[in-house]
Amino acid sequence: MIAIVDYGLGNILAFVNLYKRMGVDIVVARTATELAPATRIVLPGVGAFDHAMDLLERSGMRGTLDDLVLNRKTPVIGICVGMQILAERSDEGTRSGLGWISGEVKSLRTAQSAANARLPMPHMGWNDVRPVAGNPIFAGLETDARFYFLHSFYVNCADARDIGAVSDYGVEMTCAVRKGHIHGVQFHPEKSHQFGMRLLKNFAEGLH
Amino acid sequence: MLRARITPCLLVHKGGLYKTVGFKDPKYIGDPLNAVKIFNEKEADEIVVLDIDASAEGVEPNFKLIGHLALECRMPLCYGGGVKRPDQAKRIIGLGVEKVAISSAAVETPDLVTRIAEEVGRQSVVTVLDVRRNPASGSHEVWTRNGRHATGLDPVTLASDLEARGAGEIVINSIDRDGAMTGYDLDLACRVKAAITIPLTVLGGAGSLRDIAALIEKCGVVGAAAGSLFVFKGPFRAVLINYPNSAQKDALLGVAAA
Repeated sequence: MIAIVDYGLGNILAFVNLYKRMGVDIVVARTATELAPATRIVLPGVGAFDHAMDLLERSGMRGTLDDLVLNRKTPVIGICVGMQILAERSDEGTRSGLGWISGEVKSLRTAQSAANARLPMPHMGWNDVRPVAGNPIFAGLETDARFYFLHSFYVNCADARDIGAVSDYGVEMTCAVRKGHIHGVQFHPEKSHQFGMRLLKNFAEGLH
Repeated sequence: MLRARITPCLLVHKGGLYKTVGFKDPKYIGDPLNAVKIFNEKEADEIVVLDIDASAEGVEPNFKLIGHLALECRMPLCYGGGVKRPDQAKRIIGLGVEKVAISSAAVETPDLVTRIAEEVGRQSVVTVLDVRRNPASGSHEVWTRNGRHATGLDPVTLASDLEARGAGEIVINSIDRDGAMTGYDLDLACRVKAAITIPLTVLGGAGSLRDIAALIEKCGVVGAAAGSLFVFKGPFRAVLINYPNSAQKDALLGVAAA
């Protein structure tokens, strides 16, 4: 059963609706008890990094999440800011992230400036995504994958082996991470039509 | 490569979906939720829904309708109409809407843009500038309250100011071209684009996919929004919701089909 973690951020209903359409069993977890039986975890999020971490800590689910993901190796996917908080820290705030992925969240504008590029910010709209070979959540999306983005910060992996997919916006940036059973995507699969449906279905049914 | 966005813009009036000409003469199109379902099937890039009654009548945003729209919508949704306070914007985002549009309230109280950005993040704050062109002087002016109140403000300067205050996207909406289907105001679009570093969406005037191609060719990666083009078909403006398919879209974005 897939648990969608509802800690007060992100478009919970969009995930609920999509998974219902696919006939996938889901539960919206608002407490540690509701989260505990999960065999897959969707961790959404929008807005600022610190705010997301504050709400997650206050939700009372942090300990259960750590236990499920780190000890029981339950597959998890962080979405948008839900991906960013998988990292250790962010230039956007001062709080510590979950630290499941080594690396930091960086400003896309700063990265562009260093490369003498200056494109409108936030990075908003549909962009092509190049998955790393063998990333199971991109099965069937290897050659033609585009997704809807809405963000100004991105995860800069300390270990290049954790990069799950990249995209170009003035600079090449990591737009998906993967470390074993831990996944994250910067874009919004829940708002990316057939491409997003495929990715969410892969996460629900394609991991073994 | 980031693609230009092709964005249907739907107007809500008296609970139904309407289309105006020059901000007047609303013509009934159908049911907003049904339209969203059709645009889901057609895989629209994103969708903008503007309630044209809420601000004019000074009422709260219709949270019930917004909730239903967000629930139905499988593409990014921008909602505008009646938002005057940060808590309203926060509630709308909480219903599952990606972006909140503010128009008259942003022009009259620019500080509101900052306060809403602090509440929901600037990436979710869209400011819509309704613009009229003075045919004698050729200069442009921002109007508020559904095109009934002249502000004396220049849209290029105001767009830049609203960016500084925390807007995450600017929509330039031409009142003169609303429903005219004679093409976008390319000159104004390009001048606004040059003045800002946040995304731009242009609304008002699109009458064909060629008009959209012309906008993208002239201004680069922007949002090309349209109302009439995506709800009417043929010379008699029969109501028929339509949207370019993937191949048509690639062709007009200049993307080589794979």
